[in-house]
Amino acid sequence: MNQTEDCLCRDCLAVWRAPDANDQERAPEAGVCPACRLKRVVRHRELHRLAIAHIDCDAFYASVEKRDDPNLRDSPVIIGGGRRGVVSAACYVARMYGVRSAMPMFKALKACPDAVVIRPNMEKYSRVGREIRKMMRNVTPLVQPLSIDEAFLDLSGADALHGGSPARTLAGLVRRIEQEIGVSASIGLSYNKFLAKVASDLDKPRGFAVIGEREAVSFLHDKPVRMIFGVGKALERKLRQDGIGTIGQLREMDPKRLMTRYGSMGERLYNFSRGVDPRPVDPHSETKSISTETTFENDLSSLSDLAHALWPLCETVARRLRKNDLAAGGVQLKLRDSDFKIVTRSRKLGTPTQLAEFLFQTGVQLLEPEIGETQYRLLGIGAEYLTGAETADIPDLADPDRDKQARVERVMQEIREKLGQDAVVKGRAL
Amino acid sequence: MKLTIERAALLRTLSHVQSVVERRTTIPILSNVLMQAEGSTLSLTATDMDIAINESTPASIGAEGATTAPAHTLYDIVRKLPDGAQVELGKEGDRLELRAGRSRFTLQTLPNEDFPVMTGGEMPHSFAMSGEAMRRIIDSTRFAISTEETRYYLNGVYLHAADDKIRAVATDGHRLAKVESPLPDGAAGMPGVIVPRKTVGELRKLAEETEGDIQISLSDTKIRFAFDGVVLTSKLIDGTFPDYERVIPSGNDKMMQVDCRSFADAVDRVSTIATEKMRAVKMAVNGSALTLSASSQDSGSAVEEIEVGYDNDAIEIGFNSRYLLDIANQIESGQAQFEMADAASPTIVRDIDDAAALYVLMPMRV
Repeated sequence: MNQTEDCLCRDCLAVWRAPDANDQERAPEAGVCPACRLKRVVRHRELHRLAIAHIDCDAFYASVEKRDDPNLRDSPVIIGGGRRGVVSAACYVARMYGVRSAMPMFKALKACPDAVVIRPNMEKYSRVGREIRKMMRNVTPLVQPLSIDEAFLDLSGADALHGGSPARTLAGLVRRIEQEIGVSASIGLSYNKFLAKVASDLDKPRGFAVIGEREAVSFLHDKPVRMIFGVGKALERKLRQDGIGTIGQLREMDPKRLMTRYGSMGERLYNFSRGVDPRPVDPHSETKSISTETTFENDLSSLSDLAHALWPLCETVARRLRKNDLAAGGVQLKLRDSDFKIVTRSRKLGTPTQLAEFLFQTGVQLLEPEIGETQYRLLGIGAEYLTGAETADIPDLADPDRDKQARVERVMQEIREKLGQDAVVKGRAL
Repeated sequence: MKLTIERAALLRTLSHVQSVVERRTTIPILSNVLMQAEGSTLSLTATDMDIAINESTPASIGAEGATTAPAHTLYDIVRKLPDGAQVELGKEGDRLELRAGRSRFTLQTLPNEDFPVMTGGEMPHSFAMSGEAMRRIIDSTRFAISTEETRYYLNGVYLHAADDKIRAVATDGHRLAKVESPLPDGAAGMPGVIVPRKTVGELRKLAEETEGDIQISLSDTKIRFAFDGVVLTSKLIDGTFPDYERVIPSGNDKMMQVDCRSFADAVDRVSTIATEKMRAVKMAVNGSALTLSASSQDSGSAVEEIEVGYDNDAIEIGFNSRYLLDIANQIESGQAQFEMADAASPTIVRDIDDAAALYVLMPMRV
């Protein structure tokens, strides 16, 4: 039987059916829109049946700055400095020079000395992000924001409302964002959140990538396990030690073995490796906590060793709080002992904080009572009861010394932003 | 034990002591009120182990004795009895019998020997203060008491002698309230003590109508207030109150005079828009115009302008509207003075006609 594919023009939103693009003879003009003759065509057999999307703006901060200053259009632009001393975002021109997000500023400027460096204007980006989110919500109420510039959308059952398939509605939405807001975005379309997110990374910038049910498993087969949401450095290392490097290898694992070996992540590994992700798009989910953890090479038990390991984690959490414009209203400490038993301890803060110093102080207070004979293999710290950055680190009338410590950390941030992340560190980080 | 007492007297006394009894307690005897009939008085005592309230009231005693009965139940019964009723209380075995008119109740009791007596211990410092001065001290500070559990030393009012005054301070880190009263005789050598929030609340209720003096005695660990037949004994918070004087700014030069009534009304109206969580209201002062504004992503924005006394550089500063209202409610003269430095530094608010009270407010970023 001859295969046909559904086609969609992302410029004029025309929809048609065409023979399989691989069949050159029967589809000589597979990549060209018959209506407008432009070449931005998405083709997929399941195109109109898929309804879960991940939309991710392209180099968002940099795009907003380029929008506001057209002179910058063709220049390499790096958003950074600010409070971080690392690259927050790099435009696609700068990326051609090898500049990447989270790269220390001095390295980025070495790679691309002509780059225009702009300090992040978070207020502006959140405002633009909110405008975009509003446009998304006009399309479907099922929008689950992941950050200021990306979100999951569920368009199931909205075909009649929009007079077209989810794919067409999404292409129209992104076109409108581009025209009205002035920044471009990439779409990942699939049948669940995991694959939608994977897809949006496949074709960037201004992309539209589709992963259908038929090819999901074969697509994932040789992809690294790192692609699975929730697989970080530690789990990746552990999987590698167990001889698992690709998602295909995961799929061959016995489900029981996965669950006993990797706990709650085991179930996710099992499901995701089969292209299954039962999580619904939840419009009410917001960031509830920001946390990080580390697994030690050798188990630790003393307060000084654990506190030493805690500090860099606090710096990471503080950095992510600042990036997301959030402050911690509480701190949670997590410990896993050599028997894999998990202990969590948490405490609310009198004054919400964005600073590593206060996360650390609270973390150490929570750590102290847990110190004894127990050997710990994992330590984590999380910020919870998140509030807006405007509430963070307001001087405390009941703790006059706190503000002094806060000022020290802010000065450190300023130095780092000029000279790089390692320019100043606290003694305890050495 | 057997006695007769007028319903109104019993109700009044019971209402005073029962309020200290916790609704949920795991120790049964703490739900009970201790009743002791002796001579011509009935003495009632209730405690939560941190605070004990004892009050005596005249009664006609048929037979002396003592017992304990559930405080809230007893209170509810007496409350529902008709006005003017004579209440007979009698202990029958391990039951308490209560008769009034045609009503008859039988209540379970617990042995009075089991009732925990909170001993005050030796209280080396004692002095007297008028009920009015005490009410004023409490009213001016209690709203600023912290509820933060980790900083338990902020969960009360810090009472201490300073500069020939007795001074009370409370803070939750966001605002601070400080009020002074002339130093009573005998208070000069008192240690600084932190009186717990619940004690402050109970004392305020009990002292509502007190016209005479309140006798105060204290040690490092306990405090006792005695007046009108009531004795309230409380543990103190064992902790160090922060050095609050360091956070009271001294160089604030941007002075603004406002009429509290119109200020509070405007803040209240504008804050309707402020987000539930933040309650932030922005104050922009320029010449004699104070513009109050609030905005929220969800509900919109609000602006209101009022006239104030001000002749300094224009300033914009944000505050939690609830804190502004709390303070405005304390300013009795109706005229408040704001003393500001900049949008990030503490602001002082005081009553123009009353130097005794002072409030410090931490601005919010808006």
